Amino acid sequence: MVLDYRLDTETEALRTMVREFANEVVRPQIGAFYEADEFPTAIVRQMGELGLFGLPIPEEYGGSGGDYFTLCVALEELARVDSSIAITLEAGVSLGAMPIFRFGTPAQKKEWLPRLCAGEALGAFGLTEAGGGSDAGSTRTTARLEDGQWVVNGSKAFITNSGTDLTELVTVTAVTGTRPDGGKEISAIIVPSGTPGFVVGQRYSKVGWNASDTRELSFTDVRVPAENLVGDRGRGYAQFLSILDEGRIAIAALAVGLAQGCVDESVKYAAEREAFGSPIGRNQAIQFMIADMEVRASTARLAYYRAAERMLRGEPFKREAAIAKLYSSEMAMENARYATQVHGGYGFMNEFPVARFYRDAKILEIGEGTSEVQRMLIARSLGVGA
Amino acid sequence: MNIVVLVKQVPDSGTERQLDSSDNTVARASADNVINEMDEYAIEEALTVKESQGGEVTVLTVGPDGATDAIRKALSMGADKAVHVSDEAIHGSCAVQTSAVIAAALSQLEYDLVICGAESTDGRVSVMPALLSERLGIPHLSGARKLTVDGSTLKVERQTDGGFWALEAQTPAIVSTWDTINEPRYPSFKGIMAAKKKPVETKSLADLGVDAGTVGLATATSQVLDFAGRPPKGEGVKVTDEGDGAEKLVGFLASQKLV
Repeated sequence: MVLDYRLDTETEALRTMVREFANEVVRPQIGAFYEADEFPTAIVRQMGELGLFGLPIPEEYGGSGGDYFTLCVALEELARVDSSIAITLEAGVSLGAMPIFRFGTPAQKKEWLPRLCAGEALGAFGLTEAGGGSDAGSTRTTARLEDGQWVVNGSKAFITNSGTDLTELVTVTAVTGTRPDGGKEISAIIVPSGTPGFVVGQRYSKVGWNASDTRELSFTDVRVPAENLVGDRGRGYAQFLSILDEGRIAIAALAVGLAQGCVDESVKYAAEREAFGSPIGRNQAIQFMIADMEVRASTARLAYYRAAERMLRGEPFKREAAIAKLYSSEMAMENARYATQVHGGYGFMNEFPVARFYRDAKILEIGEGTSEVQRMLIARSLGVGA
Repeated sequence: MNIVVLVKQVPDSGTERQLDSSDNTVARASADNVINEMDEYAIEEALTVKESQGGEVTVLTVGPDGATDAIRKALSMGADKAVHVSDEAIHGSCAVQTSAVIAAALSQLEYDLVICGAESTDGRVSVMPALLSERLGIPHLSGARKLTVDGSTLKVERQTDGGFWALEAQTPAIVSTWDTINEPRYPSFKGIMAAKKKPVETKSLADLGVDAGTVGLATATSQVLDFAGRPPKGEGVKVTDEGDGAEKLVGFLASQKLV
C-alpha cells in the first residue's frame, strides 16, 4: 500500500525558498501596493528570476522543469503572506503560459514561452465577457479571417495580468464561425499588447486582490496574423476547459495558503494581545477558533494534495479538483472570518494582514468556477440528476 | 579561481536554542537546524567572485549527517560541489580542534581563496578564520564588508565601528565576511533541482589523517561546565522629559553604542 504525502527534498526546498521570499521580500512591501492599488512589478520580476513562472514547464522551453504540484506548493506559500502576488503567479502560469505550452505551435512556444517562464513577460487569458463567465455559449467577441489575418472585435471583462508593465500578450477566445450542429465555433487567438485597436481599460476597483492587475479589454478591428490561432480552430473553449481542472487545484492551493496565513497571524496575535491582564490566547474561545482554523487548513491541504496526486499520475481528477477547490475556498472564507474576529477591532483595519485576507477570500468562491459550478460538477460525477 | 566556502549548520537563531544537559554541548538533534545565517553571505560572495573570475566553488562542512541540508542549500544557491566531514569523534570539539579538522580538509583541496562568515550563531567564538590562517600559513582578511579580486590580489574593506580598514593580500588567503557585504540570493527552482546531481564527498577523520584522539569533548581546550537560562528581561530605562529629554535620549543611545 502506498499512502505518502510527504514532499521530496527538492519540493521541500522550494517550499522553504518561497516561504523565505514571501516573508522577507513580499511581506514588508505588499501592504503599500495593496493600499495604492498598484501592481508590484519589481516583486514579480524577482519571482521570475527564481523560476516560479516556469515551474511546471520543461527546461527546453525556458521553464524550470518542475510539475504542476510544485507550482501549487509555491502558490500556497505566497498566499500565506499575500494573495495578490499568488494570483499574479497563478494566472501568469495557468492562463498566460499553459495554453501556449499545451496547445501552441512550435513557433508560438519558441516565441513566447522563454520570456513568460522567466517572468520577463506576462500573458493573460481573455475568456470572460461582461455578459457571462461560466457560460461559453454567450461569447460575443468575434474573429474573422481576412487576407491571412484574424480581425477581432468585441470586449472582455475581469482579465487578470492584462495591463501590467510586463504584459505582452492576451490569448482571446472569440467566435470564429458556426459549428455543423449550429452552435458557436469558438477559437483562441493570441493578441500581442500594443496591437492597434486593442485597448486596455482602467484597473477595476476591487474588494480584494488589490495589488493584482484586473482590467476590461476592448477590441476594434484588431488584426493579427492567422498563425496566432492557439490550438485547433473551433476548439478554443473546449481546450481551455481541459486545463481548467488543474487551475482549480492551483486555486485550492492558494486558498489553503490564505487559510494558513489566517492561522499564522491569529497565533501570533493571540500571544501578543493582552486583555484583562493576560494574553487573549489564554481564553478558550480564542483557542477553539484557532484550532478550528488549523483543522480546516490542514484538511483542505490534503484535498488539494490528493487531486494533484491523481493528476500527476494521469488519473481522472475532475471530481477531486472540484472538491479541493470548493472546500478550500469556502473554508478560507471561514478562516478569514475567524481570524478577523480573533483580531477584534484591529481585524477591521487595513494595515493588518488579516483584513487583507478577509477581503481577498471572497473571490476564491467565485473565480475559476463558482462554488455552485463545483457542486454541480461533483453531483454530476456521482450520477445525480443525470 | 578555486574558492572554498566554509559552511556550518546551526540551530535556527530565531528559535529557542538549548544545550544538551548530558554533556553541555549544543543540542543539535532536537533543534530546527539551518545553514548559519552569516555563511549565506560567504556563499553569495564566493558565487559573485566565481561569476566574475571563473573557477569553482566548493562547500566544506564539518558536522553530523544531518548537515547535508545545509550543504544542499549552498549547492542550490549555485556552489559546484561539497566536502562533508562527518565523524562521531568530532562531537563536542572546541574551535581549536575543529580548526585542525578543517585545515586538514582544506589541505586536500586546491584553493586560491577560502571564504567564511565572520561568526556562527551557535558558538559565536569568531576565531575560526584566524585559527585556519595560522594553521595553513595564509593571510587572513577579516570582517570584510567589501571584497575585490584583481588577478591574484585580494582587496578587502574591513568593517569597523567608525569606518573601514583597507586590506590587501595575495592568494591563497582566507576572507571572513559580515552581513553588510552583499544580499544573498534565493536558490532558484532550477538551482534546487541541480543541487540533487552535484557531487558531495563525505570524509571521516581517517580520510583526513586526523587522529580521533586529538578531537572531541574529552580533549577540548574549552568546555561548558555549567549553564543557566537567560534571566527575564529587565525593566529598561525610562526617560522623563524635563526639558532635556532629547539629550538624555541621545546619551542613552550613545551609551549603548547605537549612535
